[in-house]
Amino acid sequence: MNDSSPAPRASEPFAAAAPPPNLSELFVAYALISLYGFGGVLAWSRRMMVEERRWLTPEQFNEAYALCSFLPGPNIVDFSVIFGSRVRGPLGGLTALVGLLGPPMVLIVIIGALYAHYGDLPALRRALIGVTAAAAGLIMSTVAKMALPLFRNRAVGGPVIALVTFGAIGIAQWPLPIVLAVVLPISLALAWVQR
Amino acid sequence: MKEMGGTLGTLAWFFALMSLFAIGGANSAVPEIHRFAVDVQHWMTDPQFSDIFGLAQLTPGPNVIVVTLIGYHVAGLSGALVATLAMCGPTCLLAFYVGRTFDRFRGASWRVALAGGLVPVTLGLTAASAVVVARAADDNRVAVGITVVTALITYWIRVNPLWIFAVAALLGLSGVV
Repeated sequence: MNDSSPAPRASEPFAAAAPPPNLSELFVAYALISLYGFGGVLAWSRRMMVEERRWLTPEQFNEAYALCSFLPGPNIVDFSVIFGSRVRGPLGGLTALVGLLGPPMVLIVIIGALYAHYGDLPALRRALIGVTAAAAGLIMSTVAKMALPLFRNRAVGGPVIALVTFGAIGIAQWPLPIVLAVVLPISLALAWVQR
Repeated sequence: MKEMGGTLGTLAWFFALMSLFAIGGANSAVPEIHRFAVDVQHWMTDPQFSDIFGLAQLTPGPNVIVVTLIGYHVAGLSGALVATLAMCGPTCLLAFYVGRTFDRFRGASWRVALAGGLVPVTLGLTAASAVVVARAADDNRVAVGITVVTALITYWIRVNPLWIFAVAALLGLSGVV
């Protein structure tokens, strides 16, 4: 609220995680994540899991997301299965998955059918230009919040690895497989030494 | 023309295969999906594919639902279901088992090291993808402004980003962007 500390509220460390959700809470949370999820669902997942429901600490979220990023398949879809089954077993995994995929599947089929009847959607497309620009900003602030635990840590290895990876892909635009082939083994070796 | 069963079968094996290559998100498989749907199978024309991709961006939810719409375009509702299940099923099973193994070894030193090594690389990659998205979206000053203002507001203030998206959509609609 009005505290004098300059630290952003959304990035304060969370002392205690909330109790794990039951099946209906899980379904509702993932349905909301997907229905809010314009321009990708990463930002909305973190907001829901870490900031609103407090089911995961920022560190736990980063770990699960990192694991999913290196698994084949859509990241947040994998994430929903891993989180859902962690808290409520296989049925929990399925519940989270259906919550995440069900609503947008219904929506997109309706939109697709409308589109087939009415041709192109110039007004919607113009609106989308604005939303896409905002979504890019939302991803940036989400990554910044995700990076906080890493940069708070005393070890310098992690931040250096993150910055080098970002520079190589995002700025220098080097090919992903080559960058990963170099950066990933170094990062894993560093983490092994400092474990 | 192929029969319906043949088309559904093609959707199933193709997207099951694609799901295994979609490392880092569904969008990394989009170029290959484009090649197969447009050039190999002639399911749709190039502009139709672009429209489908645009509609998927317009719809909230994970990016993977572009696959639902391709399936719908090719074979109706059953096509939508088959394509989505094929794209998500195998990798979800894999995620389920990997996640369980990962949780079982909580505290094991290989697990600590694996997570510790993957997290910084993932953060770097995600930050890079944010820049790539911004570069594609921000081709004028107003768009850059929207991106920067959204990033600052959502970092410092816990406002629901939907409000910002609504304003941005209006700015787009009115032709300011």
